[in-house]
Amino acid sequence: MTASRKFLKGNEAVVYGALAAGCRCYFGYPITPQNDIPELMSSEMVKVGGQFVQAESEVGAANMLLGAAACGVRAFTSSSSPGVSLMQEAISYMAGSELPGVIVNMARGGPGLGDIGSSQGDYFQAVKGGGHGDYRCYVLAPATCQEAYDHMIEAFDVAYAWRVPVLVLGDAILGQMKEPVTTWTPDVNADAGKDWRLEGASGRPERLLKSLFLEDGALAGHNAKLQTRYRDMQPLSRLETVGVDDAELVIVAFGTIGRIARSAASQLRKQGHKVGVARPVTLFPFPVAQLQALAVPGRRFLTIEQNCGQMVEDVRLALAGKAEVAFHGHLPGNLPNPDEFIQPILDALAAKA
Amino acid sequence: MHHVLINEERCKGCLLCTVACPKEVLEQSARFNQQGYKVVEVARQDDCTACAACARICPDFAIRVFRKKSAKPKGAKGEQA
Amino acid sequence: MTSINLAALQQEGYTEVATLPEVLADRPMHYCPGCHHGIAHRLVAEALEELGQVERTICVSSIGCSVFIYNYMHLDTVEAPHGRAAAVATGVKRARPDAFVFTYQGDGDLASIGLAESMHCANRGEKLSIVFINNTVYGMTGGQMAPTTLPGQKTTTSPGGRCASTEGLPLKMAEIMAGLGGVAYSARVATTSLKRIVEAKKAIKAAFQCQIDGRGFGFVELLSACPTNWRMTPLQANERVEKELIPYFPLGVFKDDANDPACSVSGGDS
Repeated sequence: MTASRKFLKGNEAVVYGALAAGCRCYFGYPITPQNDIPELMSSEMVKVGGQFVQAESEVGAANMLLGAAACGVRAFTSSSSPGVSLMQEAISYMAGSELPGVIVNMARGGPGLGDIGSSQGDYFQAVKGGGHGDYRCYVLAPATCQEAYDHMIEAFDVAYAWRVPVLVLGDAILGQMKEPVTTWTPDVNADAGKDWRLEGASGRPERLLKSLFLEDGALAGHNAKLQTRYRDMQPLSRLETVGVDDAELVIVAFGTIGRIARSAASQLRKQGHKVGVARPVTLFPFPVAQLQALAVPGRRFLTIEQNCGQMVEDVRLALAGKAEVAFHGHLPGNLPNPDEFIQPILDALAAKA
Repeated sequence: MHHVLINEERCKGCLLCTVACPKEVLEQSARFNQQGYKVVEVARQDDCTACAACARICPDFAIRVFRKKSAKPKGAKGEQA
Repeated sequence: MTSINLAALQQEGYTEVATLPEVLADRPMHYCPGCHHGIAHRLVAEALEELGQVERTICVSSIGCSVFIYNYMHLDTVEAPHGRAAAVATGVKRARPDAFVFTYQGDGDLASIGLAESMHCANRGEKLSIVFINNTVYGMTGGQMAPTTLPGQKTTTSPGGRCASTEGLPLKMAEIMAGLGGVAYSARVATTSLKRIVEAKKAIKAAFQCQIDGRGFGFVELLSACPTNWRMTPLQANERVEKELIPYFPLGVFKDDANDPACSVSGGDS
């Protein structure tokens, strides 16, 4: 493992994290605000002897990812919200065929064309399946450029260890902001996938990667297997907490909003308010047990998201009956800043009395 | 005399072989197989030139053609290159 | 009759003509009587074996009747979403440049929902091959109108016959592909007779050879019969290919860079 320090945009951190993780195929299509990724990949991937394809569409890019993943070659695609909607078909097929693809969504405002500013409006799409059928992606929500780098490495490891598609859900803020990043190179398990990947049936029986199960009972069995896998992944869930031990109010927020909430909480701490922050780092599996552990009697929760209320449903499910969960939605289209979170946090604190 | 073998359980009675054969060796039989298809049969084995047109057009690979080694290999178009 | 003993035949000095390729699985196929898929499968299998590609082949199956091609060929295979086979194959070939990669697609898959993926794959000159089965209908879903349905042809979604003024005219994919820069070879063939089958195999091998030589994208369109959805007997359907399909979809080689150096695209996989 070698480490060095670089000053990188979130989008660039994604690229270098992926390359460090041994990614050798990238397929993409232009869409703001993630264009740095395909642009940088078009030169960086060539340097490591990998393949860069500017696809005809996000549909094409995601299906190229499916093909490369079927070969057991580390590959990823990136896009932003409208483009990720187009990728849902392939993601569903990858989940059904147990293929380890990595997809990065530097989310923007919606619905429809929305805007090119940041948004967390794709939470449901990311964590509830997104495409057709019963499946989940492993979903990481980086809040810093360092995490963008680290999460790409983790994304490939989890994708190959569990044979699931992995989604890295960032946003326009993360993609465009620049921070120092400690880069490092992990040991990559080259044997991952050697018992299923396609390479030509030489000296062994042929292999088949598919999601069609027509035989009686076959699809039910396949779905049961996938659901077991998703349950078994639950211990991978992570929750980052700051100042929660004595908190009267815990703010639950993910990604860049989690970071902005932390600034707001730290301002309020200085004024004597006992406010902590809990930031889910994995959105699926959701850190249910970790949140429940925070639900001591008398403590209130406030979920802040840059959307109209999506993750709050999972927070309420996790804390069902154990704590009150308020919600503040910062509407996509408006750039969030810590000062705007102060009043909603104070209101939530006051509601306790 | 060459030999044409029909795997009657594979035959779906499409009869493409009957028109592919230049010598009209094959024709529909009166028999049905277990799938309910009225199968083809070898009606004029003596006329067979072992060209294997029937085998190559059969979409169900139900026909195999055997050439008598001593016979002249003329008309052996269907053989693999 | 089937009573003739195989072993006895061999002992008596008989040799089998046109033996089945070993890469074909020995099992009954699900295709309808008289469907040409089986003939095409065999040609693909023969071509792979004769070109020595079986052990390094990755097949991309598509959605339609032929999704089950993987039940009939002993090949590493990945199943692509409907229409996306060319994109999936691009990913496969880029990930494994040393593999021989082909897709096997029907007309709805390739020429309708997958038109963009297919044409861009071809235009990029991906070093892979597409075997395109054109039977002018959606077979698996019950005979709906396809992008290749002939004018006037009745289908379950064009009960009055395809109307050119509202539904357009059939896409001639072999000609369209031939017009794209990255395409090294594009041909249209049929499998209605031994003569046609021999030509079809030649075309499939030529398309495959483009990939083996790293010359570019190879495309073969096979006109095929769908007796079930044409509401015809297999023999009538076979005849329809000759009398109705071929006049609209002429057979021939529309591009072959082996015979025209001006067409060639730059070689190499990266």
